[in-house]
Amino acid sequence: MVRAFVEAIKRASTHLPPDVKQALRKAYEIETSPAAKAQLEAILRNIELAERLGVPLCQDTGVVTFYVRVGLGFPGVAHIEKALVEAVREATSTVPLRPNSVDPVTGLNTGDNTGRYVPIIIWDAVDPDSSTLEVTVALRGGGSEYTTVFSVLPPWKGLEGVKELVLEAVIRAGAMPCPPTVIGVGIGGTAEYSMLLAKKAATIRRIGTRHPNPVVAELEEELLEMVNELGVGAMGVGGKVTALALHIDYAHRHPAAYPIAIAFQCWALRRATARVHPSGDYVIEQ
Amino acid sequence: MAVHSLTTPIPEEAVRRLRVGNTIFISGVIYTARDAAHKRIAEHIERGLQLPFNLRNGVVYHCGPIAVKRNSEWVVVSAGPTTSMRMEPYEHIVIERLGARVVVGKGGMSVSTAEACKRFGAVYAIFTGGAGVLAAQAVKRVVDVHWLDLGTPEAVWVLEVENFGPLTIAIDTTGKNLIEEVLSSAAKRKWELLSKK
Repeated sequence: MVRAFVEAIKRASTHLPPDVKQALRKAYEIETSPAAKAQLEAILRNIELAERLGVPLCQDTGVVTFYVRVGLGFPGVAHIEKALVEAVREATSTVPLRPNSVDPVTGLNTGDNTGRYVPIIIWDAVDPDSSTLEVTVALRGGGSEYTTVFSVLPPWKGLEGVKELVLEAVIRAGAMPCPPTVIGVGIGGTAEYSMLLAKKAATIRRIGTRHPNPVVAELEEELLEMVNELGVGAMGVGGKVTALALHIDYAHRHPAAYPIAIAFQCWALRRATARVHPSGDYVIEQ
Repeated sequence: MAVHSLTTPIPEEAVRRLRVGNTIFISGVIYTARDAAHKRIAEHIERGLQLPFNLRNGVVYHCGPIAVKRNSEWVVVSAGPTTSMRMEPYEHIVIERLGARVVVGKGGMSVSTAEACKRFGAVYAIFTGGAGVLAAQAVKRVVDVHWLDLGTPEAVWVLEVENFGPLTIAIDTTGKNLIEEVLSSAAKRKWELLSKK
């Protein structure tokens, strides 16, 4: 298992998933501002270089986060957590990753990307009909994290309130989350759940997929268009493409509250999945 | 689009010629400094302590690299910029008191930095965020490292670079601030978009 996880971390940090690369190439094609086009050109060159050299495409390899989906029939459930922590330690020195785990009390960096509750392990689902383990690793930089927004709107504001908050968040985030970004919006549920929905919408959901609820799918398209009309552009230099995609997900909410979370994912959307079979054989997918 | 090549140490006249939107490439020696290093620099100045490095006519790079030791030599693997805005409370001190001429980062900076750029002759330039490998390609050698006790991302790395760039001037010595202008027109556009329906 450790080897599979280390490989997934390595893959995620050095290669962008195909949907992200395609979206960035498309952004380069449609961008007309020379300054923004130059930024996108540097991005595309950087992606190529990182792949060729096999090194992390961005120095900020984030706080390593795992989304775990485990089949009930998978043997060795008890060892998953230990293997994930060990994989992070190993990947930190072999990939290498930047040590990003700092004790908020003492200010000391542990040096190996582990610490209290870190790496972050989210037990995402248990599948009663499966016997495989699926671990998706996400590496999000600090710039994306820094600009995250959470708010509880009064329910009467509804979806109009969501639109306003998203546009405000995009302007306040400005160039900090390394646009063009993927914007994840989580609506409803509780405070922590709306944030989880937003994070998954930004990082885990593939660009180009459509939300199953047609009303939400339409809202995504409308909001993406509005965001791009703001003209922030790649790295904030002004341009057509501020976001590559905007993904919304929602949970039913309490009658009195309308929680909304907005997560920005930088263009360097790094994710990879290790699918481990009961035999121990594994495959890395992006 | 004008393209300028600068070599450290960079005289004041050289940065006063630059304008927002210009592209520059830097060769010579640059110093990385991010959150903790800026804080420590400010503390040193406040207490009148000598810094272990000299930034006069120099380049400060907001960057926490991935640096590893290979055969007892430090190697920089990936070294893109970090979000500059967190350094806003300190940067005017670095420009005024330490004489830095070029500050490189990403995401833009605000009024106090722009004011210091104008008064003391400095510019703020951006390198493409996330383009860590592209940046590392320009690094020829790690000359030195200070304050490793802050951890490798936060230490001050003294890097010899060749044609580090392309960097885009985002704040010049006339007080112009590219990213702030883009964002203030976005704020106006927001109201138009929301009142459409």
